[in-house]
Amino acid sequence: MKKPLGPVRRAFSPWDNPSEQPFIEFCNVTKRFGRVVAVDDLSLKIYEREFHALLGGSGCGKTTLIRMLAGFEVPSEGQIYLQGQDLSGVPPYKRPMNMMFQSYALFPHMSVTKNIAFGLEMDGLPSREIKDRVYDMLALVRLEGFAKRRPHQLTDGQRQRVALARSLAKRPKVLLLDEPLAALEKKLREETQLELINLQEQLKITFLIVTHDQEEAMTVADRISLMHMGKIMQNATPGEIYEQPNSRFVAEFLGDINVLDGQISKKQDDEVQLYSSVLGDHLDVHYPTPAEVGDHAALAIRPEKMRISLDKPEQTDINAIRGEVWDIAYMGDVSIYHVKVAETETLRAIVANTTRLVQRPITWEDQVWLSWDSDAGVILLA
Amino acid sequence: MIDHNLSSVGLTRTEPAPAPRHEPEAPENTPTNPTGTWGRFALICVPYVWLLLFFLIPFVIVAMVSLDEVTVAVPPYLPVIEWGRGVAGLWEAVQHWSLSNYVRLVEEALYWQAYLSSLRIAFLSTLLTVLVGFPIAYGMARAPRSWQPILVMMVILPFWTSFLIRAYAWIGILRTDGLLNQALLSVGLINEPLFLLNTSGAVYVGIIYTYLPFMVLPLYSALERLDTTLTEAAEDLGCPPWKTFWYVTVPLAKPGLIAGCLLVFIPVMGEFIIPDLLGGSSTQMIGQTLWVEFFSHRDWPIASAITIVLLAVLIIPILLFQRHETRRSEEET
Amino acid sequence: MLSRPSWFNITSLVVGFSFLYLPIVILIVFSFNDAQLATVWSGFSTRWYGGMLQNEQLMQAVWITLRIGLTSATLATVLGTLAALVLARQGRFFGRSLFSGMIYAPLVMPEVILGLSLVLLFVAMDQNQGFWTIMIAHTTFSMCYVTVIVQSRLSEFDRSLEEAAMDLGCPPVRTFFHITLPQILPGILAGWMLAFTLSLNDLVIASFNAGPETTTLPMRIYGQVKLGGTPEINAISTILILLMTVGVILASVLTKRQRLKRMEEERLAAAHL
Repeated sequence: MKKPLGPVRRAFSPWDNPSEQPFIEFCNVTKRFGRVVAVDDLSLKIYEREFHALLGGSGCGKTTLIRMLAGFEVPSEGQIYLQGQDLSGVPPYKRPMNMMFQSYALFPHMSVTKNIAFGLEMDGLPSREIKDRVYDMLALVRLEGFAKRRPHQLTDGQRQRVALARSLAKRPKVLLLDEPLAALEKKLREETQLELINLQEQLKITFLIVTHDQEEAMTVADRISLMHMGKIMQNATPGEIYEQPNSRFVAEFLGDINVLDGQISKKQDDEVQLYSSVLGDHLDVHYPTPAEVGDHAALAIRPEKMRISLDKPEQTDINAIRGEVWDIAYMGDVSIYHVKVAETETLRAIVANTTRLVQRPITWEDQVWLSWDSDAGVILLA
Repeated sequence: MIDHNLSSVGLTRTEPAPAPRHEPEAPENTPTNPTGTWGRFALICVPYVWLLLFFLIPFVIVAMVSLDEVTVAVPPYLPVIEWGRGVAGLWEAVQHWSLSNYVRLVEEALYWQAYLSSLRIAFLSTLLTVLVGFPIAYGMARAPRSWQPILVMMVILPFWTSFLIRAYAWIGILRTDGLLNQALLSVGLINEPLFLLNTSGAVYVGIIYTYLPFMVLPLYSALERLDTTLTEAAEDLGCPPWKTFWYVTVPLAKPGLIAGCLLVFIPVMGEFIIPDLLGGSSTQMIGQTLWVEFFSHRDWPIASAITIVLLAVLIIPILLFQRHETRRSEEET
Repeated sequence: MLSRPSWFNITSLVVGFSFLYLPIVILIVFSFNDAQLATVWSGFSTRWYGGMLQNEQLMQAVWITLRIGLTSATLATVLGTLAALVLARQGRFFGRSLFSGMIYAPLVMPEVILGLSLVLLFVAMDQNQGFWTIMIAHTTFSMCYVTVIVQSRLSEFDRSLEEAAMDLGCPPVRTFFHITLPQILPGILAGWMLAFTLSLNDLVIASFNAGPETTTLPMRIYGQVKLGGTPEINAISTILILLMTVGVILASVLTKRQRLKRMEEERLAAAHL
């Protein structure tokens, strides 16, 4: 199960191999703060060299989960294992993993060098080795010229890299990243995301990142656990979680999505037909679902998979419905068309602005057709 | 719910202990500070025991002495509990206890009048301190940002000077041949010197003067936090300035106002130095009475009774103050 | 606040601060008065400062007061810092509200109450009053001020620094000395200064707990003031006031300079990426 170099990341999928042992395992972990349940009977397996993201809104329990792994919080119930060894009772300063804090938590009274060396000194390493390792770390994050500076003499981006170097200096088995890029401005954040991926491939250690930024999670992670109210709603690769959300919550959390409620009217293997009473129309979906004829379900289609045209599409094997352009949001690269397809239903279609036209052919109050392929949508169970 | 491992040392956990414990030796840490049980226990114990011994237990002794009788001896009260004889010694003392000192406090006008005059002075001077302190605090909060740290320091500085020296400074001003009279005479406002020192007016001036920083600082910190856009919004909505002040500024400054009032009222109730130096025989506050009973009459039991009643009067404001402080410190964290 | 200062605000500041400072200024001025009478100016002289230095009783009182101040401030700083750590870091424990109550009550408790209750304790314990009893009394009430100062410093400071240290393998006690202590040191020093000053200034609690051999400086001053006061008292008061003022201003200038330097360096860091 060597992770291949280069961009072919799909080939790395130890979670599909039942004989693979998890590197980190949360077993029915619950954490209560007084009456508040922050993490609710949660189980999760993370594999060696995986880049795993815990994604969710504030208060979903993602930070509590990572803090329990680091040892700052004690689970109310359940166990956490690292390489099969129970971590309960192991204090944070004896756990072979290091955390990069959201605030970076750089010691303000120590230089960059001292900060990076701190963990190594705690391990009582010989000073020569500490010096070499600190130098390596500075080179790794390209901060060689800043060794003697104090944290407040650095920019946000530099501080972030010092924090990263400090948490990697001890060569931890797991690197925990708590919203590591939240303080950076957008452009720097995107660059750093790519750097994190490269770093993880270079160092071959397990990364666990906590983030509220879905694009960040999608960019960096091998797998994403989407959390909500202390539970994992879905744990899957970025592609799966985006294209095959298992619930309405997951579908709506990640990106934009149109959801049409309806009832299964016909089903043959993966070929499903859904009747939408709002549209008064049967819609064809090609999607594997356990739902049976008569079940209430919903069809979810991403706006970028919708096509919009003034004339009725000629193909007959696709879904096409009529509507009126209600609103257009021009974003530069794309435009979002809000099309009113029924009195109470507005669907969105995203169209890439491929030409340099100020005047678009479709405009407000135009009668248009929305169409999509039968395999563009997803069936969500009620 | 008390965790079994901790109940032996008398400490409870932050949260209810979870029902199933999978590990027999689960860590007894607080969730956020993983020091060991013993470290935590020792850390809490050292200051705790100190305060119990030197702050709380003394009040128990004061309460016991207040039930004793005065006598000419060392110590000047009877019965002295013979701790060496254990429960028997304590029992013997308890049999001699009486409430006679408290009866005296009620019956003799000297005492209850002193309480009343202390209450009056504390109440009035708190009010006056608000009236003097509010404009100062308001002016500070409205001063240019760069001045504010300097102004704050100028309010704090007198706080570092002792009450004794500050009261003494006023003696020189207020005495009959003092500076104020000299100034008034030379201007021609008066023909003969006024009798200013050793009046209740002097006591009020002295109290306002010494306690002003205690009022200004909490008021300022409440007013300083007040967002200017709030008053701007009120005015934008058609509220005239004085109404804005009354309906927006004052309610938002209320926490500071309450803290300031408590910080002035409670200690002034038991104030000794200022009425003693500036009021002389014209005022009799309970702190002076206590002082005289303890030092001049060597009547420790009545001094103790005075203390207990004073504490009883102050217990509600003190509890209010504690609640206020606890809430403030919790907000900080 | 950006609004221009109104006349009302300026007036209240000027009047307020004159009220606060004028008496002290007058007191200082009259310490240089040549006359025996404290209120009639008759020429500049520093003879009362000389007289003060030769006043053996006064100097003895200064020495005792300093000794009590130094020991009690140091002890109060240790205890107060521990108490602050308990309040800020130890979450809930049995008797926490009693503990925080015992911290906050002495801040407002009338001094006569504190003084009397402690002396009765010492008498009940059969302790002779003197240096130690005053020292303990001062420690007890000034540690509460230290606690409040250090606690607010602790709550300002980023908890994740301590967590980061532990995460990097630093055990709790070592974390305290390596990380926490350097961060809260300014608060601790300010607490020490305040405790020292409170001890130096205290008359009431010391009077209750003093023995025949331990007349502190405020007790001496009080005795003199009761007898009418002399310019010598003005002189020693002036010195005390100046010491406090210099101490407080120095401390705040140093912290301010440090902050300005830091801000400047932060600005530079942001400018040269």
